[in-house]
Amino acid sequence: MHEDANFAVEMINITKRFPGVTANDKINFQLKKGEIHALLGENGAGKSTLMKCLYGLYQHDEGQIFINGKKVEISSPNIAIKYGIGMVHQHFMLVPPFTVAENIVLGSEPTKNFMIDRKKTVEEVNSLSKQYGLNVDSQSAVQDISVGMQQRVEILKALYRGANILILDEPTAVLTPQEVDELIDIMKSLTDEGKSIIFITHKLKEVKAIADRVTVIRNGKLIDTVYTKDTTTNELAKMMVGREVILEVDKDKAEPGEVILEAADLYAKNNRGLTALNGCSFNVHKGEILGIAGVEGNGQSELTEVLTGLRKLEKGAVKLKGKNISSFSTRDIIENGVGHIPEDRQKRGLVLEFTIFENLILGNHYKFPYAKNGKMNYNKIKASARKLIKDFDIRTPSENVMAKSLSGGNQQKVILAREFARDPDLLLAAQPTRGVDVGAIEFIHSKLIEQRDAGKAVLLISLELDEILSLCDRIAVIYEGEIVDILEQEEATEEKLGLMMAGAENDKAKGDDTDGR
Amino acid sequence: MLINNIISLLNTSLRMAAPLILAALGGVFSERSGVINIALEGIMLISAFMAMVGSYLTGNPWIGVLAAVFFGGLVAAVHAFVSIHLKANQVVSGTAINIFAAGVTSFMLRVMFESAGQSPSVTKVKDWTLPIINDIPILGDILGKHTPFVYISLILVVFSYWLLFKTPFGLRVRSVGEHPAAADSVGINVYKIRYIAVIMSGLFAGLAGASLSIGLLDLFVENMTSGRGFIALAAMIFGKWTPQGALLAALLFGFADALQMLAQTMGLSFIPRQFLLMAPYILTILALAGVIGSANPPAADGESYEKE
Ligand SMILES: Nc1ncnc2c1ncn2[C@@H]1O[C@H](COP(=O)(O)OP(=O)(O)O)[C@@H](O)[C@H]1O
Ligand SMILES: [Mg+2]
Repeated sequence: MHEDANFAVEMINITKRFPGVTANDKINFQLKKGEIHALLGENGAGKSTLMKCLYGLYQHDEGQIFINGKKVEISSPNIAIKYGIGMVHQHFMLVPPFTVAENIVLGSEPTKNFMIDRKKTVEEVNSLSKQYGLNVDSQSAVQDISVGMQQRVEILKALYRGANILILDEPTAVLTPQEVDELIDIMKSLTDEGKSIIFITHKLKEVKAIADRVTVIRNGKLIDTVYTKDTTTNELAKMMVGREVILEVDKDKAEPGEVILEAADLYAKNNRGLTALNGCSFNVHKGEILGIAGVEGNGQSELTEVLTGLRKLEKGAVKLKGKNISSFSTRDIIENGVGHIPEDRQKRGLVLEFTIFENLILGNHYKFPYAKNGKMNYNKIKASARKLIKDFDIRTPSENVMAKSLSGGNQQKVILAREFARDPDLLLAAQPTRGVDVGAIEFIHSKLIEQRDAGKAVLLISLELDEILSLCDRIAVIYEGEIVDILEQEEATEEKLGLMMAGAENDKAKGDDTDGR
Repeated sequence: MLINNIISLLNTSLRMAAPLILAALGGVFSERSGVINIALEGIMLISAFMAMVGSYLTGNPWIGVLAAVFFGGLVAAVHAFVSIHLKANQVVSGTAINIFAAGVTSFMLRVMFESAGQSPSVTKVKDWTLPIINDIPILGDILGKHTPFVYISLILVVFSYWLLFKTPFGLRVRSVGEHPAAADSVGINVYKIRYIAVIMSGLFAGLAGASLSIGLLDLFVENMTSGRGFIALAAMIFGKWTPQGALLAALLFGFADALQMLAQTMGLSFIPRQFLLMAPYILTILALAGVIGSANPPAADGESYEKE
């Protein structure tokens, strides 16, 4: 009954369990030939898991898969590739020191006399790239090309292996708005060539712009599959989250005061010893949120680390409330009134093997009343933890559970609670909503605005343009370690920012207009 | 006089470099696939012993070479199993093999020959003489006549370079050492490639071991590797994980060794020999510290791979 050859893919009653979670619970999914089908759901909904089952990276516990009407068992990516399935992963699967061509042919290299046939490799890559309009530089090392090009390499990799069914896992997360437009064109031309595409996302706008149909999943369960043209973003949001969501952030006009943070001409190197910050300058005022927008890898991580004393400043000065803190240790910087929400909450934000109350006290652990004469006072610590858990709505059975057992959103709330409790003058939030659910995003946003209204200076570093546009009073664009320009919220549009993020700068006021007002 | 000294210096350098080249090539294969192999030292020692035993029992040193290579591969397979399959710490596994090797060879020496310290003399592999080249003055004196291990090591450098950088197998070995998940996602069997690479490193180290007991000498001496496995690792690092780099580094270290020997025979003491013996390690630390270019290991070197 399911043998309908109009479907490129049919997944029936797929269930996949991990220890403690059912990531996919009896999900049905059908991909028509030649369509672009969006798979929509919040972070952690189970989208990637479903597709990894299709690509043979995971084995589903229950259910059946049909490809072109034929029942199949996909026990490894090799078999998926044989059935014409290609997957572009959320985190690219490319070998950085290899050339583009080497990455594309890896695993199915053309040979001549036992050797890789370099000439043929490059020819095949170039002709594929021409056929689908996927412009790549086949002889460059992958580590030297842009993220957008890396993505095209991933798509070519799948096409080279003869993929007719393409799975793109959150392909737009790393792209500028202009690159997203390019990707949409690429996807359209691929379907014109007869390919079928599954496009995973948690962004509603993209679904409307790209997809023919959309399947929504929530908490591992199928909600519905609908035609995009028959629905609205609000309806989709409701299906995705399970309740009405307010997509707009509600805030009053900022009332900025004096300068709290002054970053003057910062230079720093990255882990590979290359220049990461290249004369970066800006100010953050009391009572405002300054956003740093940019494509990943343009110095954002290094900037956060320099400001918090975790990375060496090569040149320039960081001033906090007029005091030069460039050479301060991290502890001194914190004690001078800086709160830090790090970009990688599992690596820098929390000790995952510690309990929540231990995590909540980190950084204050040596202070009275939590410690006295070198001895911890756990009654005080736990009492304070219980209060923070309540104030910040951290969903946990108690303060005694391990941080690692919390969901991403609740882990982030633990960090927020700890940093806000210190009552800092400057709050440095790096990607505060990365990988958390909509409920937590709303909460974190409202808390950041609350801080601003309480007269704090907030520096928000984010890769999500929507977040930057809705929260920030002023927006600085970082490109190759430099602030290209700083815009007022009113003058900033997605398009303007996108162009600046891609380095197409408008030459206006570079460096000398750090204040933008 | 001077020219003779220089010739003998270069000749000795090559002879001393051969075991280092062979073991370093082994290191290159293992680490390029993402498995740290500090067991090279122990594998060499066991192989040196087995080479002697093979030659002793059959009177044919080439049987000794085969035995050395076989046992080299076998011990490496144990390291591969522990590191790849059981996902144990690779340095700990290697160290355990090194300690085991020192113990088992001393023990077997006693059991088989009832002697401590060294084995009786056995037939060693006969030197090869290169036609034509041997007749060229100077060059012939340096290169013309050597134990076969010298020539084998040079040929294997070329072969290894070809295998690693020209063939699909080499590309896959390198991909597995840099980004195993990426290799996995295009259907490359990460475990299989790593097994092959680590066992290959054992074959190379086996040859290196044989070159000590039935190439340089004609008997097994307790602990006769005396750190050469580690110097070979140093050569691999100094040579930036490439066969050609490892060759140059091994030649340099062989030269330091030859210089030290020459100074000793001539009774020269302007540089204490200990300093020359230290040279490989100092150069390696400098290389690691980034003084002489940067030395970046394969990105996934030492990490066991967990399939999703
Ligand atoms: N390898 C794994 N082991 C255990 N749990 C996993 C694994 N992969 C995903 N999960 C869990 O399954 C759920 C769905 O994850 P995922 O499919 O990655 O979500 P999405 O792609 O929609 O953001 C999450 O709760 C996640 O923690
Ligand atoms: Mg995902």
